[in-house]
Amino acid sequence: MARITAGVTTSHVPAIGAALDRGEDKSDYWAPLFAGYEWSKKWIAEERPDVVVLIYNDHATAFSLECIPTFAIGCADEFAIADEGFGARPVPTVIGHPELACHMAQSLILDEFDMTVMNQMEVDHGLTVPMSLMFGRVESWPVRVVPIAVNVVQYPPPTGERCFKLGQAIRRAVHSFDEDLNVQVWGTGGMSHQLQGPRAGLINQPFDHAFLENMNANPTALRAISHLEYLREAGSEGIELVMWLIMRGALSEQCNELHRFYHVPASNTAVGHLILESPLDEETT
Amino acid sequence: MVDNSEFDDIPGTTVFTAQRSHEGFHLNQFCMSLKSAANRERFKSDERTYLDEWPMTEAQKQAVLERDYNAMISLGGNIYFLAKIFATDGQSFQSAAAKMAGMSVDDYAAMMLHGGRSPDGVRSKTEDR
Repeated sequence: MARITAGVTTSHVPAIGAALDRGEDKSDYWAPLFAGYEWSKKWIAEERPDVVVLIYNDHATAFSLECIPTFAIGCADEFAIADEGFGARPVPTVIGHPELACHMAQSLILDEFDMTVMNQMEVDHGLTVPMSLMFGRVESWPVRVVPIAVNVVQYPPPTGERCFKLGQAIRRAVHSFDEDLNVQVWGTGGMSHQLQGPRAGLINQPFDHAFLENMNANPTALRAISHLEYLREAGSEGIELVMWLIMRGALSEQCNELHRFYHVPASNTAVGHLILESPLDEETT
Repeated sequence: MVDNSEFDDIPGTTVFTAQRSHEGFHLNQFCMSLKSAANRERFKSDERTYLDEWPMTEAQKQAVLERDYNAMISLGGNIYFLAKIFATDGQSFQSAAAKMAGMSVDDYAAMMLHGGRSPDGVRSKTEDR
């Protein structure tokens, strides 16, 4: 049986990918950021997950304004790296897991989450920067990926509550897949940041620290955060944090926090990173 | 009827609603076209001619030519789409953010290095907090 064993959250700032691709990761500016992922890289090399269900948002890459799915799941064999306006990142093509993804798509839709099914999709920094942070520079990615894209570009994104419940449905879907697979769920984006207008540059460290703490201690409190509160407190792009709640909903109620990292700034953004170990509970054993 | 008036209470912030998406559709689709290297070259070689291929308003075209990102946002632009313009220009997200914030690139970078813009005083106009 497939099992969700752990969750990872991380920001996915494009400048992080650019810094790594240009070999600037040891610079004074970037070294403290990459240092926060050293433990994570060692941990994941030992964990050796088979599949990552990677929750991210597309940034005007696969989805123009012609079509804006709230939740989309990638069922393709592989996902090409997109040219986002400055050439494609020099990272390996992302390999999918179509058997698991198709199973999940059917399970989720019958579980009342109306997923858009993507049989071809390019992926952008929202997906590849977390991969680079967790695996570094590699010839090929050591894991297969089921991408789940969430609309946070056009208002309204799905609510935090809805995202948490999608995570719970992802858990049911993965745990009903027959093949023995070690599966992780990653929630990406955030933390506080605003990329537009006169209020650009907003960072709310107390909000971010409380969010990091409550991911394990009190996710119920996070599920209740309204969109207006995210906009006021975490910035217009900080609302991406709803994607972390999909990851949290997919884990056991009681988790063990293995790693926490917070750093300001990466370009315009507060970077947050968590690793939660998800023990098998009664429902799944 | 949806009521988005509460967003107007957040200083310096434009929320990209379905209504704005409708207004900015062609502006944002023009930006999307800059994903292609060939289109970026054509745009750079003659911006006005390239823009005239899109059914955008004159105000939208002028805002693009002037690289006035706040104006583009007020005319329906979305920052993730507009990012294709400054990527085409070889400019960083931070330099575009500085411009929108009305700050020099150096002052903006220094603000970020010192923890970013505090939310205190920019959460709500009416509540002054």
